[in-house]
Amino acid sequence: MSDHHHKETFITKYVFSTDHKMISKQYLVTGIFMGVIGVFMSMLFRLQIAWPEKSFSIIEAFLGHHQDGGVMSPDIYLAIVTIHGTIMVFFVLTAGLSGTFSNLLIPLQIGARDMASGFLNMISYWLFFLSSVIMVVSLFIEAGPASAGWTIYPPLSALPQAIPGSGLGMTLWLVSMAIFIASSLIGALNYIVTVLNLRTVGMKMTRLPLTIWAFFVTAIIGVVSFPVLLSAALLLIFDRSFGTSFFLSDIFIQGEVLHYQGGSPVLFEHLFWFLGHPEVYIVLLPALGITSEIISTNSRKPIFGYRAMIGSIIAIAFLSTIVWGHHMFISGMNPFLGSVFTFTTLLIAIPSAVKAFNYITTLWKGNLQFNPAMLFSIGLVSTFISGGLTGLVLGDSALDINVHDTYFVVAHFHLVMGVSAIYGMFAGVYHWFPKMYGRMMNKTLGYWHFWITAVAAYGVFFPMHFIGLAGLPRRYYSNTAFPLFDDVADVNIVITMFAILGGLAQIIFLANFFISIYKGKKAEQNPWKSNTLEWTTPVEHIHGNWPGEIPAVHRWAYDYSKPGHEEDFVLQTTPLLEGEEES
Amino acid sequence: MTALLYVLLAIVIGVAIWQVASIFNLKGVIATEKDNNTQGILFAAFGIFFYGLMIFSFVKYSSILLPDSASIEGEKYDTLYMITMLLILFVQAVTQFLLFYFAFKYRGIKGRKAFFYADSHKLETIWTVVPAIVLAGLVLYGLSVWNDVMDSSDAENPLIVEVYAKQFQWEARYAGNDNELGLANVRNIKGINTMGVDMTDKNALDDIPVRELHLPKGRKVIFKFRSQDVLHSAYMPHFRAQMNCVPGMVTEFAFTPSMTTEEMRLNEKTIIKVDGINKIRAEKGEDPYEFDYLLLCNKICGASHYNMQMKIIVEEEAQFNTWLKSQKTMAQVVQ
Repeated sequence: MSDHHHKETFITKYVFSTDHKMISKQYLVTGIFMGVIGVFMSMLFRLQIAWPEKSFSIIEAFLGHHQDGGVMSPDIYLAIVTIHGTIMVFFVLTAGLSGTFSNLLIPLQIGARDMASGFLNMISYWLFFLSSVIMVVSLFIEAGPASAGWTIYPPLSALPQAIPGSGLGMTLWLVSMAIFIASSLIGALNYIVTVLNLRTVGMKMTRLPLTIWAFFVTAIIGVVSFPVLLSAALLLIFDRSFGTSFFLSDIFIQGEVLHYQGGSPVLFEHLFWFLGHPEVYIVLLPALGITSEIISTNSRKPIFGYRAMIGSIIAIAFLSTIVWGHHMFISGMNPFLGSVFTFTTLLIAIPSAVKAFNYITTLWKGNLQFNPAMLFSIGLVSTFISGGLTGLVLGDSALDINVHDTYFVVAHFHLVMGVSAIYGMFAGVYHWFPKMYGRMMNKTLGYWHFWITAVAAYGVFFPMHFIGLAGLPRRYYSNTAFPLFDDVADVNIVITMFAILGGLAQIIFLANFFISIYKGKKAEQNPWKSNTLEWTTPVEHIHGNWPGEIPAVHRWAYDYSKPGHEEDFVLQTTPLLEGEEES
Repeated sequence: MTALLYVLLAIVIGVAIWQVASIFNLKGVIATEKDNNTQGILFAAFGIFFYGLMIFSFVKYSSILLPDSASIEGEKYDTLYMITMLLILFVQAVTQFLLFYFAFKYRGIKGRKAFFYADSHKLETIWTVVPAIVLAGLVLYGLSVWNDVMDSSDAENPLIVEVYAKQFQWEARYAGNDNELGLANVRNIKGINTMGVDMTDKNALDDIPVRELHLPKGRKVIFKFRSQDVLHSAYMPHFRAQMNCVPGMVTEFAFTPSMTTEEMRLNEKTIIKVDGINKIRAEKGEDPYEFDYLLLCNKICGASHYNMQMKIIVEEEAQFNTWLKSQKTMAQVVQ
């Protein structure tokens, strides 16, 4: 790897690259592409929810035979809700977020020349790419893509008789996800090995930036929980294609008794949520890690309670694997189990609260530099609190009964993991864009992007709590069958308008991103005056990251505005001054 | 082809945005003191928007919320909900205020050095221990409510009702004189026996199949849920009740109705809500709506998931008994 002068062709440099920096860019661009699809879908179904009988030429244009005169069919409505969830959770917020920044930052911030295995890293990306292609292809098949909800509970997901999307669409969904899981496991193992083995001299675990702690712990959660989803997917494939009865029993559909006997959909729910809940933290922890780094740098202050932050990341990770049952309080699971999961779920509020308070304290008496990345990081803290708090309702088995599967849940998880994680991703892109592309993004557009998005996000999800509390179930194609919900229609129109505003605001980001790659101002080596190692590498990318020796590390990453130093930042590579104590 | 046009339009807008912004500030990439000032003030303004939106939503949307609970268990639910919500709003108000206020107050000034403050054991202990204590209280209270609601073993003379789900319809079956439901399995479904009741089981003969759910006020009702095809969820929001219907197993939930349909129609909150709904309906030229309890499906179950409902009527026990007697038993229906 030290030999970084060997000839590179276009193919080895841009396509089958083993360089972590290139792979990170590949993840990002693929993630953005999938994100555009996911967000666009949300705007289509928001149109349907707000104006259920109205004809829209945009629906006519995009939905082909799944619409009639510009009104989408109930089946395709469920399908795009399903694919929106799948794409946003897995393809954008798992691969796009964690894949991008773990790949970019782990070697650069720990002082390594590349990932432990560049080859596996490349395989990991291309498997992700393949799974994305399959997922996108599934949108174009005759019967439409998978439509049993992103949680794909059987029997609905197992029986094409029950919903057309459970035919070929579901098969492709399962194949795509199986490949995705393989990709994500290979990636995660690589991250773990790299962090454990390739840290530069002096980079003790207790000197790692919180980004790396977050990526590292996220990778561990992924390795623990993703295989369980793979087994659930495989068993479901067996039930669907080979007539086994893991999840199915006693089914009578369309005038016919099916042969399945003895399986249970509840088993599937257990397997699914054993990944599904940790997945929330797989999505969120990297965003929180990114935020820790950006808030500290732009406050020109050390992150408050570094060790408590690490402790809470680990605590959240551990607890995240024993709370899955809170998705199943009313699934028919034994109520005693519900009690246990209520207890563990509310426990997880404690490390989350610690993190939120620590962020706020980091801002206190800082000298805040409002770069676009900082705006998104503060936005993340706000939505993380707003969304997290309603978890006290949903995590409490007794209270969950009446809000389960209503729009209250939709509002909750979109704020706490959707919007928050997306903010973290945007923050990361604005902050490390100079490291990725050697150029800067435009700040004015960044400001516009943030403020419109921030207003739109709360405009969408705050009122949404109320329609949930009014008892409106999620995933309803239309509420017109219930006069009871007539007074919710106006709220839905407001929400849709904010959603369209928020969706369109992302065009500002896309413009800024793609044009800055080519036209942005050339970056300086350390534009944000940051402490971490990645800013000691040259702006132009080279294989191996550092032209000479990898620098040694002498201190933690958060010596901002430390008394005794002239500048308000101290690179991790700066040796301790005489008599200086390490923080 | 129109799809392509939309995509092109989006790209054009993107380029236009870039062009417009670049006129003002092509090289602006790092926040200056002026930016810090503007953005800090914007955070203060956003804080005002945020609180404004919260207050607006609570004032404007409180009329669309569910009316008072129609079950005894639901009253406990509502109290727990109220306490939790007050706690949430308190923490929300304080933390968000601090966040936006600090963002405003400490907006960067050139030459000022931030306060180097990396750790405080005291503070950290406070915000670990205080949430822990508050949450412990909440968990204990929540679990006591959960146990009350989920444990129906000590109910005296409960009414046993089976609620049966299928794409996209609800049915129900009362246990009849023996108050015991006859066995059932989807393999017995035939003709008019749509719930697959096992007619060789003697408990089944007096069971009463219905398409409209009637419940007596003041008597505990134990619901047994079944599904014949996919997952459904029996959601009765006015009673604060919900349970999934799972093919292959019987699930259970119980509550005691505390308000008849008539009483609920006269409830103050219901009147306000129904008036609001009828105003909207009048504008659209639709018939006025009269309140009824509903059972709705709350688990994605297929194309018509959004229209899977059954009316629930709560009445005084005597009225209920008269109604039930007038219904045909399984034995009568099948013959």
